[in-house]
Amino acid sequence: MKAMRLRNNLIIAVCLAVLYFGIAYAMKQRMLSSFHQVNLYLMGINIIMAVSLNLIVGFTGQLALGHAGFMAIGAYVSAVMTLKLGQPFLLAVLVGSLATGVVGVLIGLPPLRLRGDYLAIATLGFGEIIRGLLININYVGGAAGMNGIPKLTTWTWLFIFTVATVLLIKNFINSSHGRACIAIRENEIAADAMGINTTFYKVLAFSIGAFFAGLAGALYAHYFFLIQPQTFTILKSFDALVMVVFGGLGSLTGSIIAAVAITVVNAALQSLGALRMVIYALLLVVVMVFRPQGLMGTKEFTLRTLLRQKGGSGLHDYRKQVD
Amino acid sequence: MLSIKDINVYYGNIHALKNVSLEVERGEIVTLIGGNGAGKTTTLRTISGLLRSKTGDILFEEESIAQIPAPAIVKKGISQVPEGRRIFANLSVLENLEMGAYLRKDRQEIQASLENVFRRFPRLKERIRQRAGTLSGGEQQMLAMGRALMSKPKLLLLDEPSMGLAPILVQEIFAIIKEINQAGTTILLVEQNAHMALSIAHRAYVLETGRVVLSGYAEELVKSDEVRKAYLGG
Repeated sequence: MKAMRLRNNLIIAVCLAVLYFGIAYAMKQRMLSSFHQVNLYLMGINIIMAVSLNLIVGFTGQLALGHAGFMAIGAYVSAVMTLKLGQPFLLAVLVGSLATGVVGVLIGLPPLRLRGDYLAIATLGFGEIIRGLLININYVGGAAGMNGIPKLTTWTWLFIFTVATVLLIKNFINSSHGRACIAIRENEIAADAMGINTTFYKVLAFSIGAFFAGLAGALYAHYFFLIQPQTFTILKSFDALVMVVFGGLGSLTGSIIAAVAITVVNAALQSLGALRMVIYALLLVVVMVFRPQGLMGTKEFTLRTLLRQKGGSGLHDYRKQVD
Repeated sequence: MLSIKDINVYYGNIHALKNVSLEVERGEIVTLIGGNGAGKTTTLRTISGLLRSKTGDILFEEESIAQIPAPAIVKKGISQVPEGRRIFANLSVLENLEMGAYLRKDRQEIQASLENVFRRFPRLKERIRQRAGTLSGGEQQMLAMGRALMSKPKLLLLDEPSMGLAPILVQEIFAIIKEINQAGTTILLVEQNAHMALSIAHRAYVLETGRVVLSGYAEELVKSDEVRKAYLGG
Protein backbone atom coordinates (compact mmCIF):
# COMPACT_ATOMS: atom_id res chain seq x y z
CA MET A 1 0.00 0.00 0.00
CA LYS A 2 2.63 2.44 1.11
CA ALA A 3 4.99 1.31 -1.64
CA MET A 4 2.24 1.82 -4.19
CA ARG A 5 1.55 5.32 -2.94
CA LEU A 6 5.24 6.09 -3.09
CA ARG A 7 5.45 4.77 -6.62
CA ASN A 8 2.45 6.81 -7.72
CA ASN A 9 3.90 9.95 -6.19
CA LEU A 10 7.11 9.23 -8.02
CA ILE A 11 5.28 8.88 -11.32
CA ILE A 12 3.54 12.21 -10.72
CA ALA A 13 6.84 13.86 -9.81
CA VAL A 14 8.44 12.55 -13.00
CA CYS A 15 5.51 13.76 -15.10
CA LEU A 16 5.74 17.21 -13.53
CA ALA A 17 9.49 17.31 -14.09
CA VAL A 18 9.04 16.35 -17.75
CA LEU A 19 6.39 19.04 -18.13
CA TYR A 20 8.57 21.65 -16.48
CA PHE A 21 11.79 20.91 -18.33
CA GLY A 22 10.00 20.27 -21.61
CA ILE A 23 8.41 23.69 -21.60
CA ALA A 24 11.54 25.38 -20.25
CA TYR A 25 13.45 23.82 -23.14
CA ALA A 26 10.85 24.82 -25.68
CA MET A 27 10.97 28.40 -24.41
CA LYS A 28 14.72 28.51 -24.57
CA GLN A 29 14.67 27.24 -28.15
CA ARG A 30 12.01 29.84 -28.95
CA MET A 31 9.63 27.12 -30.06
CA LEU A 32 6.69 28.85 -28.38
CA SER A 33 5.20 31.98 -29.89
CA SER A 34 4.48 34.83 -27.53
CA PHE A 35 0.78 34.08 -27.96
CA HIS A 36 1.32 30.54 -26.72
CA GLN A 37 3.44 31.80 -23.87
CA VAL A 38 0.83 34.28 -22.69
CA ASN A 39 -1.76 31.52 -22.63
CA LEU A 40 0.58 29.20 -20.82
CA TYR A 41 1.02 31.74 -18.06
CA LEU A 42 -2.71 32.40 -17.98
CA MET A 43 -3.23 28.69 -17.59
CA GLY A 44 -1.10 28.59 -14.46
CA ILE A 45 -2.80 31.67 -13.01
CA ASN A 46 -6.22 30.28 -13.87
CA ILE A 47 -5.38 26.99 -12.18
CA ILE A 48 -4.49 28.83 -8.99
CA MET A 49 -7.66 30.90 -9.21
CA ALA A 50 -9.91 27.91 -9.87
CA VAL A 51 -8.38 25.64 -7.24
CA SER A 52 -8.48 28.33 -4.55
CA LEU A 53 -12.08 29.24 -5.38
CA ASN A 54 -13.02 25.57 -5.34
CA LEU A 55 -11.87 25.38 -1.74
CA ILE A 56 -14.43 28.05 -0.86
CA VAL A 57 -17.30 27.17 -3.19
CA GLY A 58 -16.80 23.49 -3.93
CA PHE A 59 -15.47 22.08 -0.69
CA THR A 60 -16.87 24.42 1.94
CA GLY A 61 -20.04 25.18 0.01
CA GLN A 62 -19.94 28.98 0.38
CA LEU A 63 -20.96 30.71 -2.83
CA ALA A 64 -18.48 33.59 -3.10
CA LEU A 65 -18.40 35.89 -6.10
CA GLY A 66 -15.59 38.26 -5.17
CA HIS A 67 -12.55 36.28 -6.19
CA ALA A 68 -11.36 38.93 -8.64
CA GLY A 69 -11.31 41.40 -5.76
CA PHE A 70 -8.84 39.20 -3.92
CA MET A 71 -6.78 38.80 -7.06
CA ALA A 72 -6.69 42.59 -7.40
CA ILE A 73 -5.42 43.05 -3.85
CA GLY A 74 -2.61 40.55 -4.43
CA ALA A 75 -1.72 42.17 -7.73
CA TYR A 76 -1.68 45.74 -6.43
CA VAL A 77 0.08 45.06 -3.12
CA SER A 78 2.83 43.04 -4.78
CA ALA A 79 3.19 45.62 -7.58
CA VAL A 80 3.57 48.40 -5.01
CA MET A 81 6.21 46.32 -3.26
CA THR A 82 8.38 45.84 -6.35
CA LEU A 83 7.64 48.97 -8.36
CA LYS A 84 7.35 51.60 -5.64
CA LEU A 85 9.34 50.13 -2.78
CA GLY A 86 11.96 48.23 -4.75
CA GLN A 87 11.51 44.99 -2.82
CA PRO A 88 12.50 41.59 -4.24
CA PHE A 89 9.93 39.56 -6.17
CA LEU A 90 9.48 36.73 -3.67
CA LEU A 91 8.91 39.08 -0.78
CA ALA A 92 6.43 41.04 -2.87
CA VAL A 93 4.52 37.90 -3.77
CA LEU A 94 4.47 36.76 -0.16
CA VAL A 95 3.33 40.12 1.18
CA GLY A 96 0.71 40.41 -1.56
CA SER A 97 -0.72 36.97 -0.77
CA LEU A 98 -0.62 37.48 2.98
CA ALA A 99 -2.28 40.88 2.71
CA THR A 100 -5.03 39.28 0.66
CA GLY A 101 -5.40 36.50 3.21
CA VAL A 102 -5.79 39.06 5.99
CA VAL A 103 -8.35 41.00 3.98
CA GLY A 104 -10.07 37.65 3.43
CA VAL A 105 -10.44 37.21 7.19
CA LEU A 106 -11.71 40.76 7.70
CA ILE A 107 -14.12 40.59 4.79
CA GLY A 108 -15.09 37.02 5.58
CA LEU A 109 -16.13 37.48 9.18
CA PRO A 110 -19.28 39.52 8.69
CA PRO A 111 -20.74 38.01 5.49
CA LEU A 112 -19.93 34.40 6.34
CA ARG A 113 -22.69 34.67 8.88
CA LEU A 114 -24.83 34.92 5.77
CA ARG A 115 -25.78 31.91 3.75
CA GLY A 116 -26.19 30.97 0.12
CA ASP A 117 -27.56 33.75 -2.06
CA TYR A 118 -26.98 36.40 0.58
CA LEU A 119 -23.29 35.56 0.82
CA ALA A 120 -23.04 35.60 -2.97
CA ILE A 121 -24.48 39.12 -3.14
CA ALA A 122 -22.29 40.36 -0.29
CA THR A 123 -19.08 39.03 -1.85
CA LEU A 124 -20.13 40.39 -5.23
CA GLY A 125 -20.43 43.79 -3.62
CA PHE A 126 -17.06 43.38 -1.98
CA GLY A 127 -15.35 42.72 -5.32
CA GLU A 128 -16.85 45.92 -6.70
CA ILE A 129 -15.79 47.91 -3.62
CA ILE A 130 -12.17 46.85 -4.12
CA ARG A 131 -12.34 47.93 -7.74
CA GLY A 132 -13.97 51.22 -6.81
CA LEU A 133 -11.31 51.90 -4.20
CA LEU A 134 -8.48 51.16 -6.61
CA ILE A 135 -9.89 53.58 -9.17
CA ASN A 136 -9.87 56.32 -6.55
CA ILE A 137 -6.40 55.80 -5.09
CA ASN A 138 -3.98 57.96 -7.02
CA TYR A 139 -0.96 56.34 -5.45
CA VAL A 140 -1.64 53.20 -7.48
CA GLY A 141 -2.48 55.08 -10.66
CA GLY A 142 -6.25 55.44 -10.31
CA ALA A 143 -8.22 54.29 -13.32
CA ALA A 144 -5.09 54.16 -15.49
CA GLY A 145 -3.63 51.51 -13.23
CA MET A 146 0.01 50.68 -12.64
CA ASN A 147 2.34 50.43 -15.57
CA GLY A 148 5.88 49.16 -15.94
CA ILE A 149 5.76 46.49 -13.26
CA PRO A 150 8.98 44.46 -13.64
CA LYS A 151 8.40 41.22 -15.50
CA LEU A 152 9.58 38.86 -12.80
CA THR A 153 7.13 35.97 -13.08
CA THR A 154 9.31 33.43 -14.83
CA TRP A 155 8.18 30.02 -15.99
CA THR A 156 10.02 28.49 -13.04
CA TRP A 157 8.20 30.63 -10.45
CA LEU A 158 4.87 30.17 -12.13
CA PHE A 159 5.36 26.41 -12.18
CA ILE A 160 6.52 26.23 -8.57
CA PHE A 161 3.67 28.39 -7.27
CA THR A 162 1.02 26.55 -9.26
CA VAL A 163 2.18 23.13 -8.10
CA ALA A 164 2.58 24.37 -4.53
CA THR A 165 -0.94 25.82 -4.52
CA VAL A 166 -2.48 22.58 -5.70
CA LEU A 167 -0.46 20.49 -3.24
CA LEU A 168 -1.19 22.73 -0.26
CA ILE A 169 -4.91 22.88 -0.95
CA LYS A 170 -5.03 19.14 -1.59
CA ASN A 171 -3.34 18.47 1.75
CA PHE A 172 -5.67 20.87 3.49
CA ILE A 173 -8.71 19.12 2.06
CA ASN A 174 -7.43 15.70 3.08
CA SER A 175 -6.74 16.85 6.63
CA SER A 176 -9.30 16.85 9.40
CA HIS A 177 -9.75 20.58 8.73
CA GLY A 178 -10.73 19.76 5.18
CA ARG A 179 -13.19 17.19 6.46
CA ALA A 180 -14.74 19.85 8.65
CA CYS A 181 -15.16 22.08 5.58
CA ILE A 182 -16.80 19.27 3.62
CA ALA A 183 -19.13 18.58 6.54
CA ILE A 184 -20.18 22.24 6.47
CA ARG A 185 -20.94 21.96 2.77
CA GLU A 186 -22.94 18.80 3.29
CA ASN A 187 -24.99 20.07 6.19
CA GLU A 188 -24.13 23.00 8.34
CA ILE A 189 -26.50 22.16 11.18
CA ALA A 190 -25.20 18.61 11.42
CA ALA A 191 -21.63 19.92 11.32
CA ASP A 192 -22.50 22.16 14.25
CA ALA A 193 -23.91 19.18 16.09
CA MET A 194 -20.66 17.26 15.52
CA GLY A 195 -18.79 19.94 17.43
CA ILE A 196 -17.28 21.59 14.36
CA ASN A 197 -16.72 25.31 14.80
CA THR A 198 -18.47 26.22 11.58
CA THR A 199 -17.74 29.95 11.59
CA PHE A 200 -14.04 29.32 12.18
CA TYR A 201 -13.77 26.87 9.30
CA LYS A 202 -15.76 29.01 6.92
CA VAL A 203 -13.48 31.97 7.61
CA LEU A 204 -10.42 29.72 7.41
CA ALA A 205 -11.40 28.33 4.00
CA PHE A 206 -12.34 31.80 2.84
CA SER A 207 -8.99 33.32 3.84
CA ILE A 208 -6.92 30.45 2.47
CA GLY A 209 -8.80 30.82 -0.81
CA ALA A 210 -8.18 34.58 -0.68
CA PHE A 211 -4.47 34.03 0.03
CA PHE A 212 -4.04 31.99 -3.13
CA ALA A 213 -6.17 34.33 -5.22
CA GLY A 214 -3.78 37.05 -4.04
CA LEU A 215 -0.90 34.86 -5.17
CA ALA A 216 -2.50 34.50 -8.59
CA GLY A 217 -2.87 38.29 -8.72
CA ALA A 218 0.78 38.84 -7.81
CA LEU A 219 1.93 36.43 -10.52
CA TYR A 220 -0.42 38.11 -12.97
CA ALA A 221 0.87 41.60 -12.20
CA HIS A 222 4.49 40.56 -12.66
CA TYR A 223 3.88 38.91 -15.97
CA PHE A 224 1.62 41.35 -17.75
CA PHE A 225 3.44 44.37 -16.24
CA LEU A 226 0.25 46.44 -16.45
CA ILE A 227 -2.62 46.19 -14.02
CA GLN A 228 -5.78 48.25 -14.11
CA PRO A 229 -8.86 48.22 -11.93
CA GLN A 230 -10.98 47.14 -14.89
CA THR A 231 -8.92 43.96 -15.22
CA PHE A 232 -10.54 42.72 -12.03
CA THR A 233 -14.23 43.09 -12.75
CA ILE A 234 -17.03 40.75 -11.80
CA LEU A 235 -16.39 38.99 -15.09
CA LYS A 236 -13.04 37.81 -13.76
CA SER A 237 -14.77 36.41 -10.66
CA PHE A 238 -17.25 34.65 -12.89
CA ASP A 239 -14.45 33.24 -15.02
CA ALA A 240 -13.04 31.53 -11.97
CA LEU A 241 -16.48 30.36 -10.90
CA VAL A 242 -17.16 28.96 -14.36
CA MET A 243 -13.96 26.92 -14.17
CA VAL A 244 -14.91 25.56 -10.76
CA VAL A 245 -18.43 24.60 -11.81
CA PHE A 246 -17.24 23.29 -15.17
CA GLY A 247 -14.63 21.08 -13.53
CA GLY A 248 -16.89 19.92 -10.75
CA LEU A 249 -17.62 21.47 -7.38
CA GLY A 250 -15.41 19.64 -4.95
CA SER A 251 -12.88 18.20 -7.40
CA LEU A 252 -9.40 19.71 -7.48
CA THR A 253 -8.33 17.81 -10.57
CA GLY A 254 -11.60 18.88 -12.18
CA SER A 255 -10.70 22.51 -11.52
CA ILE A 256 -7.25 22.02 -13.03
CA ILE A 257 -8.63 20.32 -16.12
CA ALA A 258 -11.30 22.99 -16.50
CA ALA A 259 -8.81 25.84 -16.05
CA VAL A 260 -6.57 24.36 -18.74
CA ALA A 261 -9.48 23.57 -21.06
CA ILE A 262 -11.12 26.96 -20.73
CA THR A 263 -7.84 28.79 -21.28
CA VAL A 264 -7.25 26.72 -24.42
CA VAL A 265 -10.79 27.26 -25.71
CA ASN A 266 -10.53 30.98 -25.06
CA ALA A 267 -7.26 31.16 -26.94
CA ALA A 268 -8.47 29.01 -29.81
CA LEU A 269 -11.56 31.14 -30.31
CA GLN A 270 -9.60 34.39 -30.21
CA SER A 271 -9.56 34.73 -34.00
CA LEU A 272 -13.35 34.54 -34.19
CA GLY A 273 -13.85 37.97 -32.71
CA ALA A 274 -17.32 38.71 -31.42
CA LEU A 275 -18.51 35.21 -32.14
CA ARG A 276 -16.09 33.94 -29.52
CA MET A 277 -18.30 34.74 -26.53
CA VAL A 278 -21.29 33.09 -28.20
CA ILE A 279 -19.46 29.83 -28.80
CA TYR A 280 -17.87 29.95 -25.38
CA ALA A 281 -21.23 30.48 -23.69
CA LEU A 282 -22.83 27.77 -25.81
CA LEU A 283 -20.12 25.36 -24.77
CA LEU A 284 -20.87 26.05 -21.14
CA VAL A 285 -24.59 25.54 -21.69
CA VAL A 286 -23.94 22.20 -23.39
CA VAL A 287 -21.68 20.98 -20.59
CA MET A 288 -24.19 22.00 -17.95
CA VAL A 289 -27.04 20.28 -19.77
CA PHE A 290 -25.20 17.01 -20.21
CA ARG A 291 -23.02 17.05 -17.11
CA PRO A 292 -24.57 19.31 -14.50
CA GLN A 293 -22.20 17.98 -11.86
CA GLY A 294 -19.25 19.28 -13.91
CA LEU A 295 -16.61 17.26 -15.71
CA MET A 296 -15.47 15.41 -12.63
CA GLY A 297 -18.34 15.77 -10.17
CA THR A 298 -16.76 15.44 -6.74
CA LYS A 299 -14.40 12.71 -7.93
CA GLU A 300 -10.68 13.17 -8.31
CA PHE A 301 -8.65 12.05 -11.28
CA THR A 302 -5.87 9.95 -9.79
CA LEU A 303 -3.20 7.61 -11.03
CA ARG A 304 -4.83 4.92 -8.95
CA THR A 305 -8.03 5.05 -10.96
CA LEU A 306 -6.06 5.43 -14.16
CA LEU A 307 -3.94 2.35 -13.50
CA ARG A 308 -6.92 0.55 -11.98
CA GLN A 309 -5.01 -0.16 -8.82
CA LYS A 310 -6.95 -1.53 -5.89
CA GLY A 311 -7.23 0.37 -2.68
CA GLY A 312 -8.33 3.80 -1.65
CA SER A 313 -7.23 6.85 0.24
CA GLY A 314 -5.35 6.87 3.50
CA LEU A 315 -8.63 6.22 5.20
CA HIS A 316 -8.75 2.88 3.56
CA ASP A 317 -6.17 1.30 5.86
CA TYR A 318 -8.48 2.20 8.68
CA ARG A 319 -11.46 0.92 6.78
CA LYS A 320 -9.84 -2.44 6.21
CA GLN A 321 -9.94 -3.13 9.91
CA VAL A 322 -13.66 -2.53 9.82
CA ASP A 323 -14.39 -5.14 7.20
CA MET B 1 -26.45 15.69 35.46
CA LEU B 2 -28.22 18.38 33.47
CA SER B 3 -30.10 21.10 35.18
CA ILE B 4 -31.91 23.92 33.41
CA LYS B 5 -33.01 26.84 35.51
CA ASP B 6 -35.52 29.42 34.37
CA ILE B 7 -34.41 29.94 30.81
CA ASN B 8 -36.10 32.44 28.53
CA VAL B 9 -35.37 32.19 24.82
CA TYR B 10 -36.56 34.57 22.14
CA TYR B 11 -36.71 34.44 18.37
CA GLY B 12 -36.67 38.15 17.67
CA ASN B 13 -39.84 39.36 19.38
CA ILE B 14 -41.28 35.93 19.88
CA HIS B 15 -40.94 34.65 23.40
CA ALA B 16 -40.36 30.96 22.68
CA LEU B 17 -39.42 29.58 26.10
CA LYS B 18 -40.91 31.06 29.26
CA ASN B 19 -39.09 30.25 32.49
CA VAL B 20 -38.44 26.67 31.54
CA SER B 21 -36.71 24.56 34.18
CA LEU B 22 -35.94 20.89 34.04
CA GLU B 23 -33.64 18.26 35.46
CA VAL B 24 -32.06 15.19 33.94
CA GLU B 25 -30.41 12.71 36.30
CA ARG B 26 -27.58 10.43 35.30
CA GLY B 27 -28.79 7.22 33.67
CA GLU B 28 -32.31 8.47 32.96
CA ILE B 29 -34.38 8.79 29.84
CA VAL B 30 -36.25 12.06 30.16
CA THR B 31 -38.71 13.05 27.50
CA LEU B 32 -40.10 16.41 26.50
CA ILE B 33 -43.50 16.10 24.91
CA GLY B 34 -45.90 18.65 23.54
CA GLY B 35 -47.57 19.83 20.37
CA ASN B 36 -46.18 21.87 17.52
CA GLY B 37 -44.56 25.10 18.60
CA ALA B 38 -44.46 24.11 22.24
CA GLY B 39 -40.72 24.80 22.45
CA LYS B 40 -39.33 21.27 22.52
CA THR B 41 -36.73 21.74 19.81
CA THR B 42 -35.93 25.22 21.08
CA THR B 43 -35.05 23.71 24.45
CA LEU B 44 -32.69 21.21 22.84
CA ARG B 45 -31.06 23.85 20.68
CA THR B 46 -30.49 26.01 23.72
CA ILE B 47 -28.84 23.16 25.59
CA SER B 48 -26.49 22.41 22.70
CA GLY B 49 -25.54 26.07 22.39
CA LEU B 50 -27.16 26.82 19.04
CA LEU B 51 -29.48 29.29 20.75
CA ARG B 52 -28.86 31.46 23.78
CA SER B 53 -31.05 32.07 26.76
CA LYS B 54 -31.59 35.63 27.95
CA THR B 55 -31.88 34.62 31.57
CA GLY B 56 -31.32 31.65 33.85
CA ASP B 57 -28.62 29.06 33.63
CA ILE B 58 -27.87 25.63 32.23
CA LEU B 59 -25.67 23.37 34.36
CA PHE B 60 -24.07 20.22 33.03
CA GLU B 61 -22.26 18.20 35.68
CA GLU B 62 -22.37 21.19 38.02
CA GLU B 63 -20.77 23.45 35.42
CA SER B 64 -22.51 26.28 33.61
CA ILE B 65 -22.68 25.74 29.85
CA ALA B 66 -25.11 28.55 29.10
CA GLN B 67 -22.47 30.85 27.67
CA ILE B 68 -19.95 28.52 26.03
CA PRO B 69 -19.91 27.91 22.26
CA ALA B 70 -21.54 24.87 20.67
CA PRO B 71 -18.33 22.97 19.79
CA ALA B 72 -17.12 23.21 23.39
CA ILE B 73 -20.44 21.80 24.59
CA VAL B 74 -20.02 18.77 22.34
CA LYS B 75 -16.57 18.33 23.85
CA LYS B 76 -18.05 18.26 27.32
CA GLY B 77 -20.10 15.23 26.34
CA ILE B 78 -23.44 16.44 25.01
CA SER B 79 -24.29 15.20 21.55
CA GLN B 80 -27.36 16.09 19.57
CA VAL B 81 -29.21 14.19 16.90
CA PRO B 82 -30.87 17.08 15.07
CA GLU B 83 -34.46 16.99 13.90
CA GLY B 84 -34.98 15.54 10.46
CA ARG B 85 -31.81 13.46 10.76
CA ARG B 86 -29.43 15.85 8.97
CA ILE B 87 -26.94 13.32 7.76
CA PHE B 88 -24.13 14.23 5.35
CA ALA B 89 -25.93 12.98 2.26
CA ASN B 90 -22.99 12.87 -0.14
CA LEU B 91 -20.60 11.15 2.21
CA SER B 92 -20.53 7.41 2.79
CA VAL B 93 -21.97 5.78 5.88
CA LEU B 94 -18.48 5.27 7.26
CA GLU B 95 -17.47 8.87 6.59
CA ASN B 96 -20.60 10.06 8.38
CA LEU B 97 -19.70 8.00 11.41
CA GLU B 98 -16.11 9.22 11.31
CA MET B 99 -17.44 12.76 11.32
CA GLY B 100 -19.18 11.98 14.59
CA ALA B 101 -15.80 11.28 16.17
CA TYR B 102 -14.50 14.58 14.86
CA LEU B 103 -13.42 15.91 18.25
CA ARG B 104 -11.74 12.67 19.35
CA LYS B 105 -8.14 11.91 18.66
CA ASP B 106 -7.72 8.39 20.09
CA ARG B 107 -7.80 6.14 17.03
CA GLN B 108 -8.02 2.90 18.96
CA GLU B 109 -11.02 4.00 20.95
CA ILE B 110 -12.70 5.48 17.90
CA GLN B 111 -12.35 2.06 16.33
CA ALA B 112 -13.98 0.53 19.41
CA SER B 113 -16.86 3.01 19.21
CA LEU B 114 -17.28 2.22 15.55
CA GLU B 115 -17.58 -1.48 16.27
CA ASN B 116 -19.98 -0.66 19.04
CA VAL B 117 -22.18 1.32 16.64
CA PHE B 118 -22.09 -1.51 14.11
CA ARG B 119 -23.09 -4.02 16.80
CA ARG B 120 -26.08 -1.85 17.63
CA PHE B 121 -26.95 -1.07 14.00
CA PRO B 122 -25.90 -4.08 11.91
CA ARG B 123 -27.70 -2.57 8.94
CA LEU B 124 -25.23 0.30 8.83
CA LYS B 125 -22.34 -2.13 8.59
CA GLU B 126 -23.94 -3.76 5.57
CA ARG B 127 -24.08 -0.37 3.90
CA ILE B 128 -20.75 0.95 5.08
CA ARG B 129 -19.63 2.32 1.73
CA GLN B 130 -23.03 3.45 0.49
CA ARG B 131 -23.76 7.12 0.04
CA ALA B 132 -25.75 8.15 3.10
CA GLY B 133 -28.33 10.03 1.01
CA THR B 134 -29.42 6.75 -0.58
CA LEU B 135 -30.34 5.11 2.72
CA SER B 136 -33.98 4.66 3.69
CA GLY B 137 -35.49 6.99 6.26
CA GLY B 138 -35.10 4.50 9.08
CA GLU B 139 -31.51 3.76 8.16
CA GLN B 140 -30.77 7.48 8.04
CA GLN B 141 -32.17 7.86 11.54
CA MET B 142 -29.98 4.98 12.68
CA LEU B 143 -27.01 6.62 11.03
CA ALA B 144 -27.73 9.94 12.72
CA MET B 145 -27.93 8.18 16.08
CA GLY B 146 -24.82 6.13 15.40
CA ARG B 147 -22.99 9.27 14.40
CA ALA B 148 -23.98 10.98 17.63
CA LEU B 149 -22.78 7.94 19.61
CA MET B 150 -19.38 8.19 17.89
CA SER B 151 -18.59 11.22 20.03
CA LYS B 152 -19.06 9.01 23.12
CA PRO B 153 -21.58 11.36 24.70
CA LYS B 154 -22.55 11.31 28.34
CA LEU B 155 -25.83 12.93 27.41
CA LEU B 156 -27.58 12.26 24.12
CA LEU B 157 -30.16 14.75 22.87
CA LEU B 158 -32.62 13.18 20.46
CA ASP B 159 -34.90 15.44 18.46
CA GLU B 160 -37.97 13.61 17.15
CA PRO B 161 -36.40 10.30 16.17
CA SER B 162 -39.81 9.00 15.06
CA MET B 163 -40.36 11.75 12.49
CA GLY B 164 -41.41 10.41 9.12
CA LEU B 165 -40.87 6.77 9.97
CA ALA B 166 -43.19 3.78 9.56
CA PRO B 167 -44.70 2.55 12.86
CA ILE B 168 -42.69 -0.66 12.79
CA LEU B 169 -39.46 1.31 12.41
CA VAL B 170 -40.48 3.67 15.19
CA GLN B 171 -40.74 0.66 17.49
CA GLU B 172 -37.33 -0.54 16.40
CA ILE B 173 -35.74 2.89 16.92
CA PHE B 174 -37.26 3.23 20.36
CA ALA B 175 -36.05 -0.22 21.35
CA ILE B 176 -32.55 0.88 20.35
CA ILE B 177 -32.87 4.12 22.33
CA LYS B 178 -33.71 2.03 25.37
CA GLU B 179 -30.69 -0.19 24.77
CA ILE B 180 -28.38 2.80 24.40
CA ASN B 181 -29.69 4.11 27.70
CA GLN B 182 -29.21 0.76 29.41
CA ALA B 183 -25.61 0.73 28.19
CA GLY B 184 -25.04 3.87 30.25
CA THR B 185 -25.91 6.93 28.16
CA THR B 186 -28.30 9.46 29.63
CA ILE B 187 -30.95 10.56 27.15
CA LEU B 188 -33.09 13.62 26.70
CA LEU B 189 -35.74 12.79 24.14
CA VAL B 190 -37.99 15.24 22.37
CA GLU B 191 -41.06 13.65 20.81
CA GLN B 192 -44.42 14.36 19.26
CA ASN B 193 -45.26 10.70 19.56
CA ALA B 194 -46.07 11.00 23.24
CA HIS B 195 -47.25 7.44 23.57
CA MET B 196 -43.97 5.90 22.40
CA ALA B 197 -41.89 8.42 24.31
CA LEU B 198 -43.70 7.79 27.59
CA SER B 199 -43.40 4.04 27.12
CA ILE B 200 -39.59 4.11 27.37
CA ALA B 201 -38.94 7.24 29.47
CA HIS B 202 -38.41 7.38 33.19
CA ARG B 203 -39.68 10.90 33.57
CA ALA B 204 -41.36 13.43 31.33
CA TYR B 205 -42.04 17.13 30.99
CA VAL B 206 -45.01 18.42 29.06
CA LEU B 207 -44.46 21.70 27.26
CA GLU B 208 -47.20 23.98 26.04
CA THR B 209 -46.53 27.27 24.24
CA GLY B 210 -43.13 27.65 25.83
CA ARG B 211 -44.05 26.66 29.38
CA VAL B 212 -43.66 23.46 31.36
CA VAL B 213 -47.25 22.66 32.26
CA LEU B 214 -46.78 19.18 33.74
CA SER B 215 -43.96 16.98 34.83
CA GLY B 216 -43.53 13.70 36.60
CA TYR B 217 -42.81 10.01 36.24
CA ALA B 218 -43.69 8.66 32.85
CA GLU B 219 -45.97 5.91 34.07
CA GLU B 220 -47.96 8.43 36.13
CA LEU B 221 -48.27 10.89 33.27
CA VAL B 222 -49.57 8.17 30.97
CA LYS B 223 -52.47 7.75 33.38
CA SER B 224 -53.11 11.44 33.95
CA ASP B 225 -56.27 12.75 32.39
CA GLU B 226 -54.75 15.92 30.98
CA VAL B 227 -52.02 14.10 29.09
CA ARG B 228 -54.39 11.43 27.85
CA LYS B 229 -56.80 14.00 26.54
CA ALA B 230 -54.25 16.27 24.96
CA TYR B 231 -51.65 13.89 23.60
CA LEU B 232 -52.74 10.30 23.73
CA GLY B 233 -56.08 10.58 22.01
CA GLY B 234 -58.44 10.30 24.99
